[in-house]
Amino acid sequence: MPTITIDGQQVNVAPGTTVIQAAEKLGVYIPRYCYHPGLSVAGSCRMCLVEVENMPKLQISCYTQAQDGMKIGTRSEKAIQGRQAMLEFLLINHPLDCPVCDQSGECDLQNFYMEHGRYQSRFMEDKIKRKKAYAIGSHVVLDQERCILCTRCTRFTEEISRTHELGVFSRGNRSVIDLFPGKTLDNPYSGNVIDICPVGALTERQFRFKCRVWYLRQEESICTGCSRGCNIAIHFNPTRRYKAGGRRVQRLKPRFNPEVNSWWMCDYGRFGFEFIDRNRIERPQLGSDHGPQPADWEAALDAAAAAIREAIDEHGPQSVGVIASPQMSNEELFAAYELFHNRLGLTRLALRNPWEEAGPEDELLLKADRNPNAMGGESIGWTEAADALLREAGSGRVQVLFIFRHEFSNAEAIESLNSAAFVIYQGTNWNQTAKTADVVLAGAVHAEKDGTFANFEGRIQRFRQALLPLEDSRADLDILNDLADRLGQPLAFHDAESVFHAWRRMTYSELDEYGMLLTEKSEVGA
Amino acid sequence: MPEVKLVSEHFGNELARGLKWRLQNGGYEGAKKAMAMSPDEVVEEVTQSYLRGLGGAGFPTGRKWSFVPRDTGKPIYLCVNADEAEPGTFKDRYILEWDPHLLIEGIIICAHALGIETAYIYIRGEYVQPYERLQKAVDEAYEAGILGKKVLGGDVKLDVFIHRGAGAYICGEETALLESIEGKKGWPRLKPPFPAVVGLFGCPTVINNVETISHLPKIILKGGRWFADIGVERNGGTRLFALSGSVNRPGVYELPMGTPLRELIFDRGEGVLGGRKLKAVIPGGASAALLTADEIDAPLDFDSMAKIGTMLGSGAVIAIDESVCIVQTLHNLEHFFSHESCGQCTPCREGTGWVFKILGRIIEGNGRLSDLDTLRSLAENMTGTSICALCDGAAMPLRSCVQKFFHEFEHYIRYKKPYSERREAASA
Repeated sequence: MPTITIDGQQVNVAPGTTVIQAAEKLGVYIPRYCYHPGLSVAGSCRMCLVEVENMPKLQISCYTQAQDGMKIGTRSEKAIQGRQAMLEFLLINHPLDCPVCDQSGECDLQNFYMEHGRYQSRFMEDKIKRKKAYAIGSHVVLDQERCILCTRCTRFTEEISRTHELGVFSRGNRSVIDLFPGKTLDNPYSGNVIDICPVGALTERQFRFKCRVWYLRQEESICTGCSRGCNIAIHFNPTRRYKAGGRRVQRLKPRFNPEVNSWWMCDYGRFGFEFIDRNRIERPQLGSDHGPQPADWEAALDAAAAAIREAIDEHGPQSVGVIASPQMSNEELFAAYELFHNRLGLTRLALRNPWEEAGPEDELLLKADRNPNAMGGESIGWTEAADALLREAGSGRVQVLFIFRHEFSNAEAIESLNSAAFVIYQGTNWNQTAKTADVVLAGAVHAEKDGTFANFEGRIQRFRQALLPLEDSRADLDILNDLADRLGQPLAFHDAESVFHAWRRMTYSELDEYGMLLTEKSEVGA
Repeated sequence: MPEVKLVSEHFGNELARGLKWRLQNGGYEGAKKAMAMSPDEVVEEVTQSYLRGLGGAGFPTGRKWSFVPRDTGKPIYLCVNADEAEPGTFKDRYILEWDPHLLIEGIIICAHALGIETAYIYIRGEYVQPYERLQKAVDEAYEAGILGKKVLGGDVKLDVFIHRGAGAYICGEETALLESIEGKKGWPRLKPPFPAVVGLFGCPTVINNVETISHLPKIILKGGRWFADIGVERNGGTRLFALSGSVNRPGVYELPMGTPLRELIFDRGEGVLGGRKLKAVIPGGASAALLTADEIDAPLDFDSMAKIGTMLGSGAVIAIDESVCIVQTLHNLEHFFSHESCGQCTPCREGTGWVFKILGRIIEGNGRLSDLDTLRSLAENMTGTSICALCDGAAMPLRSCVQKFFHEFEHYIRYKKPYSERREAASA
């Protein structure tokens, strides 16, 4: 184990560790552009220069391996001068159009300029003109003038997506990043090049000019697009909704998790957040001949509780069916199971896959199961028997159907729903099933509540509340709690964490940073 | 010192290009002798010869070979660098055009020394005639059973492929050359690992210049000691000098290492054109620091040139007379470097272009004295910070020109015209 000294602090690192990585272990951040831990080392931006004792030249810390006894100066006069020179070189042909650049505020040219800038320019020549602001794919806009040719994006398309759309063309200071002839950047992972671009060369088509990044707040979450459970951050604008057509969520960004998604996420997940702010069920509804009518929570919950109680009293627990969804969190599935199965003794419970078709699957991230929590539901005790349940409803043996989030579109299922005496719908977005339900309970999307999902390999990962439930909608756990009270079966789950504790016998803070497998602790509740 | 013709022996003799004549006149004798020796003995002879890498870096050839691991289970490749593109350099061209079999013979010797079965010759794309003659020679060698499955009738095989470049100077940099042979963009690689360990297609690779390889037959025939004695200490044998610029008799001269630069210019080159005064000399290709006329007594060998802050480089000696403006000369050189920078790493991509633009502005008459500070500082910032040596190669002439001919730059900026010593003297 080599021991090296960085800025006077000693650190032990594994053989083969580079200086930039060793420095990070000490909390020393060395400026860099081309270096990205998820990509091969290019060593071309020369920004991460450091001084190494007994070496005449400055060394690039992204490629220099730690050797025992090495003494590194990341902030020595010579190292800072070297980096200043590199930053000056990078900026001479950069348009310096920060006021109209979307990257402003999260740009590494700006960030490193604070320490390494010359402030007084000595470049008096004409800057090189290049192609500006043109779409290279459905999601990505390229500005060649802002590009510093770090080649993170080309290495991403070579090494990670393996789709080879981007390359460096021409030579010297005429070099540009561009598409290879006949290609467009439309692979399922194209959005990642926006994240890894350290400058404003690659920006997001949808997000451009929507919001200055310093107005954004962010919260840790989990993507609900498939069973991979990519770790993401929700970037939202709590105060300036009028700027984006009323949308609160502005963009999603991947969060590093070496066990799940590394640094990446797919475009389906990244750009599939419309549902958070669009077509939402904003308040509870009671069905009528003229379709659903807004109601207050008291009335809606009373109606739902009354229907359930009446059916159980008159026809027994088998007359109430519940169809849950793997889009629900573990906490919601656990509380619903507790209420409907353990307390009310219902037997007709099903966890139904809401998607008719499997999603695309590949070797990188995408999983065919488009639900974030099928594993969790299964482990809590939910089983897939929705088809049988629907047939029972069709034959009149189920009086009340409690449906979480599903939309039934085929004729047979609609027939079954119509035959049931009473349909309670709890969900977030309007669909045909919600529109024909007798009671609609307005739930919250994952961005509006706390909870956990268990991904395809059973990794329990936490998501956190970023937003308040839209308008008069409520977190599903609160709705279940109130319903349980009305049914005389109070659950006493005051928040998601208390449910999690009842299920896993542990707190959220005991969950590992990168999640924990279902199998890692045996005392599964239910 | 007299010319000693080791590799230039058959220059000008059209018959020497043909295998038949060549075989009757000592061709492939060195290779035959080498094949009878053990590989280690061959390496030992080359190490003793103090043969230096004649592409420009001057790295001792025997030592370079000694870095090649023999036990990796991977093939070892030889890449012959014939991408002669350093401005002013035209020595390898003569070997390729006049004595291609000498090169092939050298390749066989090197291949035997290191257990190589595949060799590539990376030849500059613009070298059409040299390529044609070399390809013809390779074909002849295959037909005669010199190359192929049974080298010289023995039991080892050796294939030689000629790979034509596409016009980029950077592909003469050895790792960019490897990338180019592999079919990729010619971008130099990060080092280490060096090509001797991880080279072509990830295998151990030796990369030697045409002239270096062409010296091998005589070294084997006459011995490493003999070769070493021709030159000076640690600089064995002779080398080809491509003399151009303001001299009466430009051309390729083969001289022993350590011959004074003055002798090359005034004896071989027969003095400065039109009887003018010598102002400066570029001693080793465009990447070398300029020498003033006072410095030309220095001996032409790698170590002596390094001692006076320049380099022997590719052996391209360009004489500059008093009528030539140094600012314009530098502008021309920096145009080359900014055009040929591969664009991979920052200081070279941006620095070479910036320097070229500043010099262009000075020549247009819009220079400022502060530009000279900027140029000097850029030369510092471009030195030792890039992946390959192209950037240092651009900084060397920049630094030396501004340092040694500061008055010319100052004059050009003040009076918007080239400095002339005669005019200055007349007006004084």
